Amino acid sequence: MHAEDERISIWFFIGMLVFAYGIVITAAGIYEIFVRPAHPVVLASLHAGVWWGAFMLILGGFYLYKFSPKKEK
Amino acid sequence: MATALALILSEAPAKLLSLTFIDVLILVLYFVMILGIGFYLKSYTTTSEDFFMAGRSMTAWVAGLSFLAANLGSLELMGWAAAAYQYGILATHWYWIGAIPAMLFLGIVMMPFYYISKTHSVPGYLKLRYGEPARVLSAVTFGVMTVMMSGINIYSMALVMKAILGWNINYSIWISSLTVAAYVVLGGLRSAIFNEVLQFVLIWLGAMLIPIIGLVETGGWSGMVARIHQNFPNGNYTHLWSTLGHFSDNPMGVHWTGIVLGLGFVISFGYWTTDFLVVQRVLTARDLRSAKMAPIIGASFKMIVPFIVILPGLLGLAIFSGDHRLVGESQAVATGLHSYNEVLPLMLARYCGPGLLGLGITALLAGFMSGMAGNVSAFATVWTYDIYRPLIRKDAPDSHYLSMGRWCTILGVLISIGTAYFVMQFLSIMDYVQALFSFFIAPLFGTVILGMLWKRTTSAGGFWGLLAGTLSSVGMWLWVKIDPHALTYIALSPKARDMAENMYRGLWSWIICVVVTVIISLMTTPKPASELNGLVYGCTEIPSEGHLSLYQRPIFWATIVAVIFVILNVVFW
Repeated sequence: MHAEDERISIWFFIGMLVFAYGIVITAAGIYEIFVRPAHPVVLASLHAGVWWGAFMLILGGFYLYKFSPKKEK
Repeated sequence: MATALALILSEAPAKLLSLTFIDVLILVLYFVMILGIGFYLKSYTTTSEDFFMAGRSMTAWVAGLSFLAANLGSLELMGWAAAAYQYGILATHWYWIGAIPAMLFLGIVMMPFYYISKTHSVPGYLKLRYGEPARVLSAVTFGVMTVMMSGINIYSMALVMKAILGWNINYSIWISSLTVAAYVVLGGLRSAIFNEVLQFVLIWLGAMLIPIIGLVETGGWSGMVARIHQNFPNGNYTHLWSTLGHFSDNPMGVHWTGIVLGLGFVISFGYWTTDFLVVQRVLTARDLRSAKMAPIIGASFKMIVPFIVILPGLLGLAIFSGDHRLVGESQAVATGLHSYNEVLPLMLARYCGPGLLGLGITALLAGFMSGMAGNVSAFATVWTYDIYRPLIRKDAPDSHYLSMGRWCTILGVLISIGTAYFVMQFLSIMDYVQALFSFFIAPLFGTVILGMLWKRTTSAGGFWGLLAGTLSSVGMWLWVKIDPHALTYIALSPKARDMAENMYRGLWSWIICVVVTVIISLMTTPKPASELNGLVYGCTEIPSEGHLSLYQRPIFWATIVAVIFVILNVVFW
């Protein structure tokens, strides 16, 4: 799913950023479980940061693996 | 980059949201990545074909997602969420009937002619079909309008960031614009497209949490609808078609004929099939099948965009009521209540903690940047291929046009920034420029579609039809400006409201363009069929898809998208 003449697929770049975001957002979500913020958001009990961050980690990781330049070569 | 962001944040006055260190980190990572992509692709951009057409090497998925992302600006996200709060689910028409049929039509019917003719642009197609005058008229109007619209978007984005985050307007304008300029200058259209696909993913990841958590809070779709009916017992915000029988039965003040013929046919087909800003993305596809599939892929995603744009507005209707209801801008200033233009940031603040908030703001910025990159890359192509090369310097080496593309990308960004500051001084100019853009869309669709489907259309017919349609649109707009009562005649009802004007004006100007084109064509001599090969239906051999299996054929997927489109309209009738 990338142009034939590109060494690195756009999906690999997307995987990199989404994976990095997954790490940051999951970490922030876990931190909030232990250190309650002064002004929590509505439905903070759902811990959206944790599961949304985890989802991004998995999605980013999948793209990193699937479109890795080494694997494609 | 981080310093610049910190400078912005340090100047924050009163604001809706506050970013934490984690949110700033999310934003910094985004800027690093999009600039990194630009630098990486620079070495792959060595010819003008690379710079302006991305080497015509994009897959259907990349071209299709970029086709959609170029249209998804941050104003689009905030504006239509606000419209959904104001008008309810009717706003969805702009995503469904106002887009899907046109996108499928582009893919199945029009794309073969754009692609086989190997044109670089829509004005370029007009040159091949009608000759130089039609191309110059179209290219000059498109070029001027594109950079001006881009300027308005920059200014609007800076205002949004000031209102939400308290960012300094000057920093917002310069940093976001120069970032776009940097990655487009470096990698050309290929870089713009790659970043648009990245931005498309970020828009979804950043905006999708709001409807998910919102539906949890309101008890699902039925719970949300029940709350809306409870909060607004006299309004009808949850039906798509059943209230369109009369202008006064729905909050938008429109009639179904305006939605179907004005929006669904003329305006939508005009924008999605002839606006070079979006069509350029599809022209980069690596083969005809990919070019046909790209708008179909775009249409399938367009159908679900209301989930992240319209649903937050509807959730706002369910959640913000009584003393917390949202009101119009002037009432908001007078009463201290929040405006419905703030519905999306209010929802972000309601549900998104550290990190997720940064992701949501990144989605808004990504939306703005993908729209701006679309504008400047389309401007650079039209200027170089349709104005500079034919009119100023015909036979320069390829490297000259590549260099021209890079310089006029910078020029386009600077004009856009200049327009942004001009608009800041003369705010009322915004409405005029947006109206100017709408003058050309509907007649241009008439000119292109007649040129593609009727071989009898002549060069004189095409040019004068386009001019007559455009001038009639300007005339109707002026008529309503001078005498608002004129809307009664244009929209065919005394109860029509402002929203109906654009639809009916587009419809009439398209009809005038078509009638004038047909009459003049019948009075003048057409081109011989041999000169229309690759340009017109009946004179062009379209490659057969007989060797492809059913699921590989664009028409198969277009049919599936069309069926889902019909089902969705019936479900939300």
